[in-house]
Order: sequence, then C-alpha cells, then structure tokens
Amino acid sequence: MVAKLKKFIENAGWPRIIIGLFLVSLYIAAPMVNVKVLTSLSDTLVRVGMNGVLVLAMVPMVQSGCGLNFGLPLGIIAGLLGATTSIQFQARGLAGFGFAMLVAVPIAVALGFIYAQILNRVKGEEMMIATYVGFSSVAVMCMAWLLLPFNSPVMIWGYGGSGLRTTISTENYWRHVLSDFLAFGSDTSGTFYVPTGMFIFFFLMLFLVWGFFRTKTGTAITAVGSNPEFARASGIDVNRMRTISVILSTVLGALGILVYEQSFGFIQLYMGPLYMAFPAVAAILLGGASVNKATMVNVVVGTFLFQGILTMTPSVINSLLQSDMSEVIRIIVSNGMILYALTRKTQVKR
Amino acid sequence: MANGEPLLRVESVGKEFFGNRVLADVDFSLGHGEILGLVGENGAGKSTLMNILFGMPVIASTGGYEGRILLDGKEVKFSSPFEAIDAGIGMVHQEFSLLPGFTVTENILLNRESTKYNPLVEVFGERIRTLDRQGMKKRAEAAISEIGFSIDTGTFAAEMPVGHKQFTEIAREIDRLNTKLLVLDEPTAVLAESEAEILIQSLRNLSSKGISMIFISHRLQEILDLCDKIVVLRDGRIVKETRPSDTDIFQIASHMVGRNVEASSASRPSRPDTEAILEVDKLWVDMPGETVRDATFSVQRGEIFGIGGLAGQGKLGIANGIMGLFMAGGSVSVKGLVIKLNDPAHSLSRDMAFVSEDRRGVGLLLEESIDWNIAFTAMQVQDKFVRKLLGGLVKWRDDAAMRAATQEYIKLLDIKCTSHKQRAVELSGGNQQKVCLAKAFVVGPDILFVSEPTRGIDVGAKKLVLDTLRKVNEERGTTIIMTSSELEELRSVCDRIAIVDNGRISGIRPAAAPATEFGLLMMGSEPAVAGSDVGGGDA
Repeated sequence: MVAKLKKFIENAGWPRIIIGLFLVSLYIAAPMVNVKVLTSLSDTLVRVGMNGVLVLAMVPMVQSGCGLNFGLPLGIIAGLLGATTSIQFQARGLAGFGFAMLVAVPIAVALGFIYAQILNRVKGEEMMIATYVGFSSVAVMCMAWLLLPFNSPVMIWGYGGSGLRTTISTENYWRHVLSDFLAFGSDTSGTFYVPTGMFIFFFLMLFLVWGFFRTKTGTAITAVGSNPEFARASGIDVNRMRTISVILSTVLGALGILVYEQSFGFIQLYMGPLYMAFPAVAAILLGGASVNKATMVNVVVGTFLFQGILTMTPSVINSLLQSDMSEVIRIIVSNGMILYALTRKTQVKR
Repeated sequence: MANGEPLLRVESVGKEFFGNRVLADVDFSLGHGEILGLVGENGAGKSTLMNILFGMPVIASTGGYEGRILLDGKEVKFSSPFEAIDAGIGMVHQEFSLLPGFTVTENILLNRESTKYNPLVEVFGERIRTLDRQGMKKRAEAAISEIGFSIDTGTFAAEMPVGHKQFTEIAREIDRLNTKLLVLDEPTAVLAESEAEILIQSLRNLSSKGISMIFISHRLQEILDLCDKIVVLRDGRIVKETRPSDTDIFQIASHMVGRNVEASSASRPSRPDTEAILEVDKLWVDMPGETVRDATFSVQRGEIFGIGGLAGQGKLGIANGIMGLFMAGGSVSVKGLVIKLNDPAHSLSRDMAFVSEDRRGVGLLLEESIDWNIAFTAMQVQDKFVRKLLGGLVKWRDDAAMRAATQEYIKLLDIKCTSHKQRAVELSGGNQQKVCLAKAFVVGPDILFVSEPTRGIDVGAKKLVLDTLRKVNEERGTTIIMTSSELEELRSVCDRIAIVDNGRISGIRPAAAPATEFGLLMMGSEPAVAGSDVGGGDA
C-alpha cells in the first residue's frame, strides 16, 4: 500500500499532488462561503474545453526541442483571421465555424513556416525569440486590423466606418456551436452544464496529435528534441523536423482560439492575443511537462488543474476576504508556475 | 643540494575509476634539478598520475589513490591544486590557461601582483592596494629572461602566437619563487620546431638552476635530448625505466605499444585479396580537434580495417567525415560509386553504419528507452519497424516489432538492463556501447564504422564488444572499419592498420607488423622501408 502510494507520488510528481489537493480543498471550502459547487464545476469544465487545444499547441514544439511555444499569438492571429473572414462572408452555425477553420489553417501553415525559419536560426534561444515573435506579430496585426478591407457592419467601428472593432460578438454566427453540441444542461440556467461538443473536439485533437507522434515522422521529431546530434547521425533533416513541429503548433494555436471564441462568444482583436501564451505555457508545465518532453496526459491534467485553480481561487478567496483579488491571484498562479518550471529546467539539465 | 634525498618520490601509486584500474604500482623518484621524461600512449595513465600529483579534486571525488607521494622526504597528500602550488609544484597545461584580454605581464603575475600602498587600504583592506605597474613589468621580464627568451610584456595574450603563449605559461610558473618541480604536459605539441628548440634549451637552463621537471611528450626525440631519466607507462604500469644513453627511439616506441602481441593477431587467417569496397581519395574533414587533411586509402570487402594514431591527429575525423557528420571534401566511393559527402542520410542509404566515438553526444538518445535507441536509425533510413496504414499514407511505429528486435539484441549482446524500456542514460558505459552496436547491426550494413568501441568500458565488456565485431565480420561478411587509440586492440582484431599522423595516412601495415613500426608511424617518423606505401592500400 505504502509502496503503491510512493509509486503514485513519484509518477504524478509533488507539484501536481499539492495543487490537486489544494483544488480539492477549494471545492470542499466552496459551500462554506456560499459558492455553488456545481456551478463552479461547470465553469471549470467550460474553461478546460476553451483552453485545451491552446495548451495542446505547446506539445509539438516541446517535443522537437523548440521549447515552449511562447509564440502562440502567431497561431492565434491565424485563427482570428479565419474568424473575421467567416463573419465577413456571413457564414453561420457549424458550417460557419468549419469555414473559419478552413481559412485559418492555411494561414497558420504559412505563418508557422516563417516562424520556423526564424527559430531554426536561433537554436538554444528559441523561447526568448518566440516570445518576441509573438509580441511583434500582435503589434503588426494592430495596424492590419485597421487596414484590412473588412466591411461587415457587425465588425467595423460604428463611427469611422472602417477598421475592425476590438471586440466582435459571434452571437449570431457560431457562438456555442461546439459547446452546445450534445451538451448536458444549459449554461444560462445555472444548472450543471457540460460542453460536450467542445470536449469531443478537444479529445479528437488529442488523439490526432498522439497518433502523429506514433508515426515515423513523429518519432523522428521526438528524437530531434531528445538529441539533435543523434537524429542528424541517423540521417534526419533536423531543421525540417523542427519546421513541421512549429507549423503543427501554430495550426493548433489557430484551431484553439476558434474553439475559445465560440465558447466565449467574442472575438478579441488588437492586444487580445498578447498574453494568451502564458496561461497555456503555465498549464502544460503544471501538467508535468518539461521544456523538452510533453505528453497528452500532461495536457489534460495540466489544463484541468490550472483552469480549476483559476476558476476556484478567485471565487472562494474573494468570498473569504470580501474583496476582489481574482486578477491578482490569477497572475500570481500563472506566472509563478512558469517561473517554477523554467528554474526546474536548469536543474534537469545540470 | 644533492643531499641524497630525492625531491620527489612516488611509491606504489595506484588508482581505480569505478572499478576500472588505470594505474598500478607506479614507483619512481626524481632528484633535484633532474628532468624526467614520461611517455606512453593515450590512456596509459599519464594524465591520471599528474592529476594525483597535483591534487586535482577529480581524484579525491572518485575515491582517492593508493600508495604514497613524498616531497623532500615528507609524505604529501594534496586535496587541491592550491596546496600543490604552495608546496612548490608548478604545472604547465596542454591547453593554455591564459586570459586573452590580459597582457603578458598581467597573465604572469595574476593574483601575485606587486602592489603599492594608497590611503583607501585603511578603509577597505589589503585587496584595494594599487598595482605597481613598473615593478610588475620588471618581474615579468625577469621571469621571461630566465627562460632565455624575449617577449614584449605589453602584448595581449590573445594576439600572441601559440609559442609565445607557451613561454608565458612557463614564465608564470617560474615567477612563483618557491617552484621546485615543474610538470610540463606536452609543452611542445603546439610549437614549431624552432620554438621547441628554444623551449628545450630554456628548460635545460632551468634545470641547471635546480628546478626539477616532469616532461610529458609524444615527441620521443625531445625526450631523448632533454631528459635525464625516462619512464614508459603502459596500461597504468611502468614498463620501463631507463636513461637516454641506454636506449633509442625504437626501443621506447616498442615499449610504449607493447611487444607480445604477435600471438593474438596471428589467430586471424590471412585473407585472399578481393575487390575494394570502399575507396577514399584525398579526403579532408573539418572536425575540430581531429582535422583530416589528406587521407587516401582503400578497404577490401570483408576486411577488418584499423585506423590508429595519436589523439588529435585526425583518425576520428575519417569515419565522421565519410558518414557526413562533419564538413568534408575529396572523393569517397562505396562499391565503385562515388557518394555524396556532408549528407548523413545519403551515407546511411549506401549501406554504411557508424558507431560514434561520442557515445553520449551522438550515439545515444539518453532520455529515451533502449528500444528507441536501437530501432530509430533502421526505422528512419530503411522503414523497418514501420506498419503502413491507410494504404501507406500513415507510417505507424511498430512497437511490437521494436520490442522483439530489442529483446533479441539484449540477449545476443548480453545488455544488462531492467527491460527494453529502460532509459539509455541509466545504463553503464559498456552496456551503452552495446546498445550503440545493436543500433548499427539492426541496420544490417555492408560497411560498419566503429570508433573507439572500447573507450571507457571495463575489460569484460571490451572482450565481448571485440568478439561481437569479429563474429559479425565472419558471419555476415560485414566490412568493419575500426578506429581506436589502443594499438593493441587494433592489432588483435584487424587485418590491416592505417596510422594517421597530422591528418594524413602515414602508413598502412598488416596487423602482424612489428609494434615498433606502428610506434614510429605514430610519431610521424617514417621508417626507411615504408616510403612508397603512403596512400597505397594493398598490403
């Protein structure tokens, strides 16, 4: 029994056990401070579904040794372009959502390819450079959103008549098309609600990525991440494998933001994508991934723990302290996790 | 000075690294003002002996050493190089330890600068005293002139030719007033001949002033010219202690490489000449530290071909260059067809495989399991261990086939592990090497390059590795090209051995040729009979 417990602790790792216990204690404490457990659980599930694919977008680059995808905003921009285009063409419902994906993916492939060429030139410094690629692409798009020739009245500024708004509602287009697919309950009634469709999509993506890493190419990418010299000696084109992984990460980022938007109900442009990478990075690290190894279990566990903490801590602690601390706690938890994991990296490497 | 008690006495010193014996029963003594020449092949134990003498932490952290070292009649046991320096032992390293942005003077007097008083000393203490530039210059010049050389003491270390750097290093040791024993680890390796002569002359000067020296060099002529006493180390033991007047280059060379090997190499039957499977013409390889300049040779089908030579002469570069791992040029043809260099995938596709000398860097996926390590190359190059799904659209990894093949090789090579899923990093050096070999065998190559197959592994594993290579050669007809620093090993396994010196093949001999001949080829001095054989190929 003790041996089993030890084995479990060793496998799961102390950080996950501590955070897991903390999360459980928050659920237990919730009723005492008049926070509804069922609603909280629903909130957690919705947030997991919203963020899951964005967290998954970390995996390919981690596996190929490109580090954590701090350049996630690049993929998100591709997704935003898909979303705005579909609204421009008045595409509605599941078909409209599919159209948004169809537009987003090729853009993500193109942007990912350029992104990969940059990362291949800065081996060893990928994460730092990726952060700046993400930031600067957001800055470039701030101008582009104003200049692109969109003219759908739901999207452009009311007064000037040109340029996209900062926030666009997907209400009459494809809001909740995935979330409400086969869903239990309803998110407006305050009862228990499970966004089944979003989870089906999330698990489909998990399965595809898992499968990809079991193919010959996926195996080669993993080897490149593990030891690029070994891979090269086995005749692998290291840069090509890294490029594939970066493109894959960027495409997943584009799909991820579309899932996020249909659930959230809004498309956020301009500075919206700027800090999107950090919660995703924190979640996968919390899930037990290192900067060069990540599994599907890391994604699921990490997303659940991280989003659980983000949902529960503010509501419970706000009720306890009678003040609004939610944003502060959110920032401390997510950046604290990143800090923790990146310092752990140097330990592993030594 | 000659009061009968030698300056340094080493008594039955021995050392084991993780059960791997590298030194045993080393005994010698060194009088005041004497110069002792220490020679031996790479890995003979010279560096370990010097590390013990100098109190390098690596010795203490791996369990200390056996025996005693006496300095001036008193037993010493240094726990750090600083203690050794305080006791009067100076060391000039093979690699320069100079600060590139500092001048000669500053390098020589680093941390022992002459200083002047200034008022801040009252507040901040001695460390804030002003440098006495004039005094320092004088001291540096004095130290340099003591060697019998002149360098501008204001030059930056980065801008000096290597020879001057070497002199600066020696001057630094001389400036320490108490230096009684100077250890020089291949001080002439980087010098031109004229510079080496000056250095030898200045070392003689120093010894006449009473400083004793241990001089390590691969240039045997220098040893004979300079030293009062010569000690030859082989496999961690002293095999010969002699005086230069009683010996010559040939004798030392044969002591270094050993003599009683004819028996082991004779066990291989002589082979009939067959067609050449690999032809290398004017190959150059830009591999840092192992540059190949101009290698020409050919290897016959079914042969075990050895490549030997001293470290840094380029023997390792040949296999790395042919396999495309380092920038290379020239022409290499396999089975009559010229191959594309600098493209590992192409080399692998031409039925060649490589077991790298850099096991942990290139040879293994340390963080992955054994089956991944063994199967990966074959999977990527030959589509082995791949199941095609959806009409070949998806190439699915076949874990079951990988496991089966891995377990077969675990049994065949006796790889000691918990399961095929154990990570490579957890295996011992010998078992890691077996995994590397298995990786190459799975590919089923016609030509197998093996570099330093027995480096850093214990005796039992060594034998198994060599026996396996021989078996694969006999049973599968695989042509094996084995690169090794250990000549004995090459002579016991190979049919023919090429010796690489200074990036060129200095000669190819049958393995049964006398050890002296190989020894001389390694030293770069061509024996009279061999002039025509360079770059030949048919021996």
